Amino acid sequence: MGHLGTNILFAGNNFQRLLGGLWTTIWIALLSLIIGLILGTILGMLRTLKNRPLRIVLRLYLEFFRIIPTVVLLFLAYYILPRQLNLNLPADQVAVLVFALWVAAEFSDIVRGALISVPQHQRESGLAIGLNHWQLFRYVLLPQALTLELPATINLATRVVKTTSLLMLISVMDVINIGQQIIEANGQTHPNGIFLIYGVIFFFYFIVDYSLSLLAKKVDIAKQH
Amino acid sequence: MKKISLKKLITTGIILATAALTLTACGSSSKSSSASSSNNTSSVAAIKKRGTIKVAVFGDLKPYGWVNKDGKRVGYDVTLARRIAKDLGVKIKFVQVNADSRVDALSSNKVDLVLANFTVTSDRKQVVDFANPYMKVSVGVVSPKNALITSADQLKNKTVIVSKGTTAETYFTQKQKSVKLLKFDSKTQQFNALKNKRGVALADDNTYLYAWAKTHPTYQVGIKQLGQSSSIAPAVKKGNKSLLKWTNNEINKLNKQGFFKRAYNSDLRPYFSSDVKPADVIIEK
Repeated sequence: MGHLGTNILFAGNNFQRLLGGLWTTIWIALLSLIIGLILGTILGMLRTLKNRPLRIVLRLYLEFFRIIPTVVLLFLAYYILPRQLNLNLPADQVAVLVFALWVAAEFSDIVRGALISVPQHQRESGLAIGLNHWQLFRYVLLPQALTLELPATINLATRVVKTTSLLMLISVMDVINIGQQIIEANGQTHPNGIFLIYGVIFFFYFIVDYSLSLLAKKVDIAKQH
Repeated sequence: MKKISLKKLITTGIILATAALTLTACGSSSKSSSASSSNNTSSVAAIKKRGTIKVAVFGDLKPYGWVNKDGKRVGYDVTLARRIAKDLGVKIKFVQVNADSRVDALSSNKVDLVLANFTVTSDRKQVVDFANPYMKVSVGVVSPKNALITSADQLKNKTVIVSKGTTAETYFTQKQKSVKLLKFDSKTQQFNALKNKRGVALADDNTYLYAWAKTHPTYQVGIKQLGQSSSIAPAVKKGNKSLLKWTNNEINKLNKQGFFKRAYNSDLRPYFSSDVKPADVIIEK
């Protein structure tokens, strides 16, 4: 096994460092998802309203984040924004900011789609029993939309986890960045270490993303009963 | 009809927004790319007041800036960075960068100083200020010990292996047209080609070849320097005179104390083939 470079993985505290990198990946993804999903729900609700200027602004916001690649957004926020507004945030906060805004944009479209797919008679019945707009959302539309949103939301969440691999470009010490440090530190003596380290990283990502899909399945089944 | 107009409106909006963003971004970079003395957040006084110096280093370039198995940053650049922080009397904060982001890290105040194997070129001098150099690099040629190439004349009409986009490729295409080049995309490919004898020698940065020859003892860097050598120097934000002046004095002082020779012995010598002398890599005055 030595020739595969397993000794690299467990030399010193390399493995703990990789786990530390994984934790950075997870908390950034988790925090951005929490903020993004809350913000996205609000924006999604606003987008179903009849107010045209508001809808256009929100549509522009969505298209901005959907069209521009995440790498560009990260660079913009990390390198250009400080020069522009003298706002110098640490890299991990920039990451959460960009990811949360991105998640909010994408999720607002998911929420909007789900809200308008709730059958029309549900909305009308709600209005008929005298619910106001907020109550209609809170008690009738959102609970029903939730089931419809679920698959797309899990898809979005797994994408966020995977996209954290771009964070190494703005100096965040995520799992890929640490992995690369280990690979390069041993590159001359263990040229095959790259396969092992990336293999382990692949496994890490798999565990995180697969547990998300398992969760989705569980919630889905629970909903149907 | 109504639908089309809405679509048009959105498209126009996006174009306008993008244009505005681009314009402001360009405008600002020309305006604030230099650090004026009044609000220089990276001046020596500002660093001392903050109590920390932020230094950009590589995390994956052994033996200059890398991370050892205990998770500690080490290397020739890192040793210099720690010494600079010590002499300034402040703590050090490392910001890991890659080659492309070294200039941006400076111009957006993410770091005060770049110590990341930064080669001085005339293009880069336009956007950052370089201090006195602390290392040099040039094109070197490695070949098998049993058919060692020791001068450029031996390469005439022979095949030399290079990587695309390297200074070695540029050197041969411009200066030694009689040499046939076999070009590869990656370091791994080029070294495999040399092992498979697809060329008589391989040309790349000499400092990189010294390290490779160390782990491949049947090869030797027969030509240590081809053409002019380039300097590797610390860089500060364009216009940061305060830190530039301090760094220049510091480099001169460290040179007199023999610091770079000691750093060479501790950080570089273990990773270079035994025929390499300190004078091949460091700059002594």
